[in-house]
Amino acid sequence: MSSFRLEPSTTGAEISFTFDGKRLKGRAGDTLAAALLANGRQLVGRSFKYHRPRGVLTAGPAEPNALVTIGSGAFAEPNTRATMVELYDGLEARSQNCWPSVDFDIGSINGLLAPFLGAGFYYKTFMWPKAFWERVYEPLIRRAAGLGRANHLPDPRRYEKTWAHCDLLIVGAGPAGLAAALTAGRAGLKVILADERFERGGTMLNEREEPEDFDLGEVAAELLSLSNVRIMMRTTVVAHYDDGVFGAVERVQKHLAQPDPNRPLERLWRIVTRHTILATGAEERPIVFAGNDLPGVMMAGAARYYLNRRSIAPGKQTLIFTNGSSGYALAADMEARGLTVAAIVDPSPSTPWAGKAHVIDGVVASVSGGRRPTSASVRQTGSSETTDTFAVDSVAMSGGWSPIIHLACQHGLKPVWSDEFAAFMAPEQGGLTVAGSAAGLSSTSACMIDGAQKSARICADLGRAISPAFSGDTETSKAPRPLWHVANPTGKAFVDFQNDVTAQDLLLAEQEGYGHIELAKRYTTNGMATDQGKLSNVNAIGILAEARGLSPDTIGTTTYRPFYTPLSFGALSGTHVGPHFAAVRRSPLHEWARKNGAEFVESGLWYRSSWFPRKGETTWRQSVDREVATVRASAGICDVSTLGKIEVSGRDAAEFLNRVYCNPFAKLPVGKARYGLMLREDGMILDDGTTSRLTDDTYVMTTTTALAGPVMTHLEFCAQVHWPDLDVRLASVSDQWAQMAIAGPRSRDILSEIVDADISNEAFPYLSARDVSLFQGALKGRLFRISFSGELAFELAVPAGFAESVADAIMQIGARYDICAYGVEALNVLRIEAGHVTHAEINGTVTPADLGFAKMVSAVKPDFIGKAMLRREGLVSQNRPQLVGIKPVDPSHVFRSGAHILNKGAAATLENDQGYVTSSCYSPHLKTTIGLALVADGPNRHGEEVQIWNALKDEYCVGVLCSPAFLTPDGRLNA
Amino acid sequence: MASLITCPHCGRRPTQEFTIRSDASLKRPAPDASQADWHDYVFLRPNPRGRHSEHWHHSAGCRRWLVVERDTVTHEVYGVRDVVSDLAGGAR
Ligand SMILES: [Zn+2]
Repeated sequence: MSSFRLEPSTTGAEISFTFDGKRLKGRAGDTLAAALLANGRQLVGRSFKYHRPRGVLTAGPAEPNALVTIGSGAFAEPNTRATMVELYDGLEARSQNCWPSVDFDIGSINGLLAPFLGAGFYYKTFMWPKAFWERVYEPLIRRAAGLGRANHLPDPRRYEKTWAHCDLLIVGAGPAGLAAALTAGRAGLKVILADERFERGGTMLNEREEPEDFDLGEVAAELLSLSNVRIMMRTTVVAHYDDGVFGAVERVQKHLAQPDPNRPLERLWRIVTRHTILATGAEERPIVFAGNDLPGVMMAGAARYYLNRRSIAPGKQTLIFTNGSSGYALAADMEARGLTVAAIVDPSPSTPWAGKAHVIDGVVASVSGGRRPTSASVRQTGSSETTDTFAVDSVAMSGGWSPIIHLACQHGLKPVWSDEFAAFMAPEQGGLTVAGSAAGLSSTSACMIDGAQKSARICADLGRAISPAFSGDTETSKAPRPLWHVANPTGKAFVDFQNDVTAQDLLLAEQEGYGHIELAKRYTTNGMATDQGKLSNVNAIGILAEARGLSPDTIGTTTYRPFYTPLSFGALSGTHVGPHFAAVRRSPLHEWARKNGAEFVESGLWYRSSWFPRKGETTWRQSVDREVATVRASAGICDVSTLGKIEVSGRDAAEFLNRVYCNPFAKLPVGKARYGLMLREDGMILDDGTTSRLTDDTYVMTTTTALAGPVMTHLEFCAQVHWPDLDVRLASVSDQWAQMAIAGPRSRDILSEIVDADISNEAFPYLSARDVSLFQGALKGRLFRISFSGELAFELAVPAGFAESVADAIMQIGARYDICAYGVEALNVLRIEAGHVTHAEINGTVTPADLGFAKMVSAVKPDFIGKAMLRREGLVSQNRPQLVGIKPVDPSHVFRSGAHILNKGAAATLENDQGYVTSSCYSPHLKTTIGLALVADGPNRHGEEVQIWNALKDEYCVGVLCSPAFLTPDGRLNA
Repeated sequence: MASLITCPHCGRRPTQEFTIRSDASLKRPAPDASQADWHDYVFLRPNPRGRHSEHWHHSAGCRRWLVVERDTVTHEVYGVRDVVSDLAGGAR
């Protein structure tokens, strides 16, 4: 006989669900596990390694066996613990790790291979031949093992992350947690009470009756009436970080048949608290005996939950194997409901018992059966043989209780073994108090008194003295001597159910020298499954301790780390998915570029206009070639708003700039711009850009797009840490100003029509930089006469909000001068033709001299960032790779950036490497590919023929080194 | 690593708002100091077990550089000061 429901009608409304496609009925308030048990469905999955039939073992988060996939398609969620899933109408669940079905599973043949699959089997079996590991063994193991399958579809549901703050966080809404919350709530503390279940009460839910003076309904009602108490059900506190910060996941809508699409499915909380009470309860330990994994063998406490809370009987003939009182409580509950307890087997009977069932002083040697228990052999204490055999259909076991102390141990503190409680206890620490059965107490009333008293103490510490909501004695009873496993098992006795680790495996690990707990864990995989050994770790420690004749304290535990239970990637990602994965930065000229037909390219967070295709242009190159030609022939406008813009002001701004740039800045006149090179302290170039002096003590600096942030941080460090005595202020104005380059021979004609002042060459010569009035005084902007393209050019900055109108006006006026919009691709061609460098060249390995800027470096300034280290021997060597131009000897040949330079006839070896191409493009004027390169002693090798070699692309051509300035100083092309 | 840092200007803020640079006890050598001194300053970083003071930038906050004194083992934070108050109280 299987498990079944007594008096189904009293347990909640009927709802339907499917398991492996079969329609079943459950009751509102059931977990999926309860509903399966009520249907007599005890076989729900197959184990990881041996594919053994497995059933529901627990009624809580530690469940190792009853793992199912919920939902289908993009909604499918594998490895879900059926004990934690609230049943809802239409729920779809599927078994895992079995093929073709859970009832008939081909993988169970692994059970026959068991002699080869023992401890360390990965290391022993799949060693040879080496190449087989990747190609044969690993794919085979991956297919055969593993639990549920992840789906690869995007998750359509919503998740979010948020913060909460409180005075007291209470983890666990059992008797201790509720009593603690009531006390602190009455004291007026800001309390968060979190519990992963959907019902308040914790282990009280397992009990037939509530204790005297604790009316769960009343306590809950009072808590709910207190506005300073927030009760977060379905919320698992999974992580304990420093400074009283906890991570928690709230399953907001997982229990709903029709989740609201406008609300998140799960919410990840970071809770900041002044004090914490762990009222997390205790985990009942399985007993390690042969056949302890058959479906129908269950934890005694879980059986009590299913019976007392959900009216589900484990079977009609239940054998109870208990070390301590838990099994007796179950026996009493069962007998009260008219169920038969075949016997109570107890290795150290001391619990008073007045029921009908016979108590045997002994152990269960084995339980046998196929997919459910059929008989159990019992060995009485003192005997080495089976003394009794029982026909059974179910078995309940209790090996004692282990306090749930994970959150107390997640940052390095180790649990402490207690002989009194025969358990690992939480280490003491500031800010965290353990209460109730997590602190080793057992009775409900003791837990509730303990929770109230400890909470009252915390209230007093936090300045809100109050008397505890409950008081009395919290006497503890001594735990029985632990029974780590039944000696001389006659079959597989499982320690770790999920990873199929047996007592025999652990003993083998010990024999083979892997007895250290951290080694045994990895050698046997004990505790490495998705349940992280919640049921197995303490037994494994006990078994190893016994084998080595040591105390469990000496063996110690493995390391506790977040998270307490598995977390979905959805919760961890929150809203940062799809288009919200990363922020998008759009230039104030984005809309202008879009309506002019721009193609955009991602550049960091920015979307920059890349080129502007016109009708009839079918390739990007056609557009870029046209844009370049137009700029050189008439005029073009380009969005350069992404450059970093930093205002530097203060009495000592000039001195500050003089120290952060390697070239002189002290004497830059008002109204002038200057190109500046900023070094790192190690002498390498950090960034370049122009800085203009707008007034006596106000400058505006531009940085490259990529380094806008890092340069700001660097300047702040210099100003605040190196030279706090300088009067200087820094303000990032990158987002406040739009900036556009207007380049080409007609650029002045166009700008003259919108700039009110005279901008003739005499009035506004090269490197002028001034505030200007635009459109007859309608707008103020900043005009710079600087050129990145090598042509006559200006950069005009206007307040960001006016960017689009100004650019529209320039396009409109410029139409008469044949203006075109150009993007960063054309800009790149123009600057390579002009021999100007970008971060392709400023790649962190170049000094000013490497780029031909040796003369810019001030020899007279007493100090600037990078000055001291620039003197290093290796940085002044003639043979350093230095900037040159490069072009193919045959103009039809093409090369790319990244290609290496070799001397003619030299083999492609590391020793022969002369340097590499940093930038390349097709020059529409030279009608050939051109590039910039860093080549050893490059400046002295102009005219030399070299090989350009790109192994990655299998490209090779003969090139000639030349001046990086493909344009002569008068603006003509240096063809 | 601490989860919360109390910025002297902004109050208690999550660590994610800050950027850590390096050892705050390092002092930039004089421009004419020896190459060995400069080498140590630029390239050598202690990695102490225990008490350590570092430059932290409140990069997603007030943009001030701070000196955070903390314990690399226990994660305890002993104090957070603005670099300038640090200088005013010390070797300025
Ligand atoms: Zn701050």
